[in-house]
Amino acid sequence: MQWSIDSERPVYIQLIEHIQANIISGNFKPGDKIPSVRDLAAEAGVNPNTMQRALAELERMGLIFTNRTSGRYITSDTEVIKKLKERSAMGIIEEFIEKMKQIGFNEEEILELLTKTIKEMRK
Amino acid sequence: MNPILECKSLTKKYGSFTALSNVSLTLDRGKIIGLLGPNGSGKTTLIKLINGLLVPESGSILISGMEPGVETKKIVSYLPEKTYLADWMQVSQVVEFFEDFYENFDSKKAYEMLSDLRIDPKKRLKTLSKGTKEKVQLILVMSRKADLYCLDEPIGGVDPAARDYILNTIITNYNENATVLISTHLISDIEKVLDEVIFIKDGAITLHSSVDDIRLKEGKSVDSLFREVFRC
Repeated sequence: MQWSIDSERPVYIQLIEHIQANIISGNFKPGDKIPSVRDLAAEAGVNPNTMQRALAELERMGLIFTNRTSGRYITSDTEVIKKLKERSAMGIIEEFIEKMKQIGFNEEEILELLTKTIKEMRK
Repeated sequence: MNPILECKSLTKKYGSFTALSNVSLTLDRGKIIGLLGPNGSGKTTLIKLINGLLVPESGSILISGMEPGVETKKIVSYLPEKTYLADWMQVSQVVEFFEDFYENFDSKKAYEMLSDLRIDPKKRLKTLSKGTKEKVQLILVMSRKADLYCLDEPIGGVDPAARDYILNTIITNYNENATVLISTHLISDIEKVLDEVIFIKDGAITLHSSVDDIRLKEGKSVDSLFREVFRC
């Protein structure tokens, strides 16, 4: 997945989001070893200290863990990853509902349109 | 460990013009720091003081606890704003020159970077374009294993693709205890790789902060903040 860092928000937060997205999408699988700080930083074109900070934060969240001798890994705890996925889904849904309300749809209409669209997409 | 750079109440005058006025600054090890300010704000003066090319009117500079001199030149790798290399020399001769001169120069690394940027070591400096000459100089400076790198406008004359390569070289090559001080006004190109920025205006430091703190507090990029602070 391509790293894209926008210019307004703190870089380390964007790095956290990017790695989370990779975990959610299955690009990083449970138990996968992740590249070194230096390699990840070079790949993203960011400062290694900032990458370090992002990884420390992900570790605190329980999404990655450090093995003293062999490096960093994605957690094998699928429950944690499932929760992350759900949180991410909630975010997308809330944003969607918010936007739909802004353009003048009420909750029932949103639900109706959503069901209709899903049916159409299945065809 | 002591900080890599400590300036206390540094003042530098050129005749009646005060280029730096009462600058106090401490830089930690292991950081990439942007020295940002408009033209004539004192960036180059500060870097020249650090390198012992100028002497302050008052105040003190300590590099890893030492005053600028022979010992500090061993641990500071300096890219000046202007080239000082003899242009009749071949690139490979300049590499040899640096190898003779600096104990911590790694010519293998220099040749690797030259080949990555497709620069022919057999060419004479005077036959190279301005941008390519700048690349050669930066390669020489980054091929030293130094504690402090002072890069005065390192990316001004090179194309964006080479700029990316150079920034990548900086973030992958510098060692964890080394600090890189980069003066530039091409902020948007480099802010992703910076830990901290220093804003300098009319010879005084107006801001010294981490990049992410600025983005968090101001909700904007360092580039936007710079444009705001230094609006003409």
